[in-house]
Amino acid sequence: MTINILAFGITKEILGGASVGFQVGDEVTVELLQASLEQQYPRLQELTSFMIAVNGTYATSGTVIKPGDEVAIIPPVSGG
Amino acid sequence: MIDLKISAEPLNILSCIDWVMTPQSGGIDVFIGTVRDATKGKRVIRLEFEAYEPMALNEMKKIAETVLDKWPVHKILIHHRTGTLNIGEIPVLIAISAAHRAAAFDACRYAIDTLKQTVPIWKKEVFEDGEVWVAAHP
Repeated sequence: MTINILAFGITKEILGGASVGFQVGDEVTVELLQASLEQQYPRLQELTSFMIAVNGTYATSGTVIKPGDEVAIIPPVSGG
Repeated sequence: MIDLKISAEPLNILSCIDWVMTPQSGGIDVFIGTVRDATKGKRVIRLEFEAYEPMALNEMKKIAETVLDKWPVHKILIHHRTGTLNIGEIPVLIAISAAHRAAAFDACRYAIDTLKQTVPIWKKEVFEDGEVWVAAHP
C-alpha cells in the first residue's frame, strides 16, 4: 500500500516535502517502516533518533500501520 | 481547567495570567520561554518554530491532565507560538495557579520540562553562516 508520511523539521528537508508518499507492505509495522525509511533516505541515520506517530500518538515498534492511518515522522523535538 | 493554544500570533502574558487566576488561588507560577541571542557562543539571528499541531495539542493536553492529577492546582495554561521569532520574543508560556505556591512551582517545572521532551514542536536556529535544527544531530 502507499502511505502518506507527514514530515517535520529536518525530516521535511530529508524527505523532500511536508507530505511524501511511501510504498510499504500491507501489514507493515512501525519498526519495519523505520528501517525502510532509513534505507530509502540514508540521511535519517545521521539523526540522533526519530520516532513515528500514528494518528497523532507516538507509536511503538510493534504497532501495525493500516490504510488510512495518519503517519508522521517525528525527529528529536525541540519546543519550548 | 486547561487552556492550550498553538498560534503564530505573539503570546499575551497579561491575558494568560488573567485567565489562570482564581479567587481560591494564593499563587500563580509562570514560565516564560524567551529567544536567546547566542548558542554555544555563536550569535543567533532568529529562531523558526514548526509544530505538528494536532499531535502537539494532544501531548500538551496529556501534560496538563497529568499536572491536574499530580498536584493540587486550579488552572493550567500552555501556549506555544510558531513561525519566526526574533531575539527577546516569547515562544512559550506556561501559567499555573494553586492555593499554595509549592504546587504551582513544582507543576510548572514539570510542565515545561515535559513539554521539551514530548511535544512535537521543533525549532531551527538561524546563524549568520547557516541554520541548524536544534537537537536533530548528536
